[in-house]
Amino acid sequence: MTSSPGGTRVRFEQVGKAFGRVPVLHEVDLEVPGATTTCIVGPSGSGKSTLLRCANLMERPERGRILLGELDITAPGVDVNAVRRRVGMVFQHFQLFTHLSVLDNVSLALRRVRAMAREPAEAVAREKLRAVGLDGFEGRRPADLSGGQQQRVAIARSLAMEPEVMLFDEATSALDPELVKGVLAVMRDLALRGMTMLVVTHEMRFAREVAGQVVFVDGGRVLEVAPPDEFFDRPRNPRLRHFLEQVL
Amino acid sequence: MPDGLHQIFVTFFDPALIAKALPELLAVGLPNTLLLSVFASAIGIALGLFVAAGLMSERLALRLPCRGYVDVLRGLPHILTVYLIGQGLPLAGLSVFGDNTYGYAALAIGLIESAYFAEIFRAGFQSVERGQVEAARSTGMTRGQTLRHIVVPQGVRRVLPPLTGQFILVVKATSLVYLLGLTASQREMFAIAQDGAINNANLTPLTAAGLIYLALTIPTTYAVNAWDRRLRRGRSRRPLAVE
Repeated sequence: MTSSPGGTRVRFEQVGKAFGRVPVLHEVDLEVPGATTTCIVGPSGSGKSTLLRCANLMERPERGRILLGELDITAPGVDVNAVRRRVGMVFQHFQLFTHLSVLDNVSLALRRVRAMAREPAEAVAREKLRAVGLDGFEGRRPADLSGGQQQRVAIARSLAMEPEVMLFDEATSALDPELVKGVLAVMRDLALRGMTMLVVTHEMRFAREVAGQVVFVDGGRVLEVAPPDEFFDRPRNPRLRHFLEQVL
Repeated sequence: MPDGLHQIFVTFFDPALIAKALPELLAVGLPNTLLLSVFASAIGIALGLFVAAGLMSERLALRLPCRGYVDVLRGLPHILTVYLIGQGLPLAGLSVFGDNTYGYAALAIGLIESAYFAEIFRAGFQSVERGQVEAARSTGMTRGQTLRHIVVPQGVRRVLPPLTGQFILVVKATSLVYLLGLTASQREMFAIAQDGAINNANLTPLTAAGLIYLALTIPTTYAVNAWDRRLRRGRSRRPLAVE
C-alpha cells in the first residue's frame, strides 16, 4: 500500500468560502501535519466537508491560501489536475464508475492521467485491490458489490494514483453498521503506513484511536484542534463539550 | 360488409395491389430508405454529440449558438429545411454533392435530426450524477477526459430508448426526400408508393409501404428495449453480504 516517506503537510491559512451570499468558511487556519491522520468532526452543515473539498480544489476558496507541501494550490495559474493527482479523495457515496468493472475503475486514471499502458496499469490496480482485501473482484461491476466493498474499491482507486495526501469525506456514513469495520480497517492500515490523511467523520472511536489530531468545526470556524485524548476527555470549547455530550 | 368499410378496404387494402407494389418497394425502396436513414442518422448523431457538448458548455459564446441551432432546426417545418438545404445549397453555388440528390437529402435530414439528437444527448449527459464527474476529476482527469470516459458512456446508455425513437423518426423522415426529385432507381419507399398510388388511382401502395415501415420500426423498438433492459441489469449478481 502507498506510504508517504516524510509525509506531505497541508496548511490552510485564513481560508474563507461562501456559496453565493451564504458564508461557509470563516478565515480558517489549520495545519495538517504530514504522515498523520487529522480527523474533522462537527455538526451537519458546519462546513467540514467544504473545508476538506478545498484541499483538492473541488471547492475553490475565495480568501486565504492553502499550501500542499510548499505549493500554494490557490495561487493563480496552478494546474488543478496536477494538484488532484497528488491528493486522493474518497466520497461518502463511493462514486464508483457504474459502467466500468472494478479493475477498470481502479486502472482508468492510471491509463488516462498517468498515460500508463493497460497492462502495467492493471498490474498496479490488482495490487491496490489486494491491499484493500478485494483480490478476485476485478471483473465485478460496482452494482455487484456491497457498500463496504464499493468503498474499498474507491479507496484502491485513489491509492492507485500514489497520492501524497488522502481526503475522506464521511467515507463510512452511507454504510450499514456491519460494513463500516472493513472500511475503517483499511483506513487504519493507511494511517499506520504514514499516509497524510484528512478525514471528515462521525466515527468518534476511529478518531480517538487513529487520529494524530482532531479538529472541531462549527459554523464554518475551527473551534478546537487537539490530540484525541485532550479533545475527547478535556475539551476546552463549550460548543465542543455540548457536541460531544450529544454524540458520545 | 357495410359499403363504407368495403370502400376503405378497396382503397387502402387491395391484396392484389399490395402484392404488385411489394417487389419494387422491397428491391428498390427499402435499400434506399435504409441507406438514407443510416447516412442521415450518422450525420445527426455525430453533429448532435458536438452540439450537445456545446449546449452544456460553461462558455456562453459556445452555448448560445448551439442553443440557437437547436431551436431553429426544431422550430422550422422539416419540409422547409429540406428545400433550404437540397435546393438552397446548389443555388448558393455550394454543390458539394454535385447532382446527387441523396447527399443533399441525407445532409438535410441529418441536420434536422442533429438538433433532436443533441437535446437527447444533453439530457442523457446531464443526468449523469455530479458525483461521478467529481470522482473522475478528483483523480486528476481533465474535463475532456471526464466527458469522454465517464459522462458520454454513461449518458449514451441512458438515452438508448429515446435515440431509437428518434432513429424511427429518421426512417420516416426519409420520405421527405421526394421533395428534391429522384430518378427511378433512387426512389425510397414513400416515393415508390406514391407513384404506385397515382398510377393505380388507389392508395393501397402507400399501405404496403406502411407495412414495411412497421416491419422495420416495431422490431427495432423491441430489440432496443430488450438491450436497454439487459444494460440496466448488467452482469448483475446478488451483492455479497459478507465482507
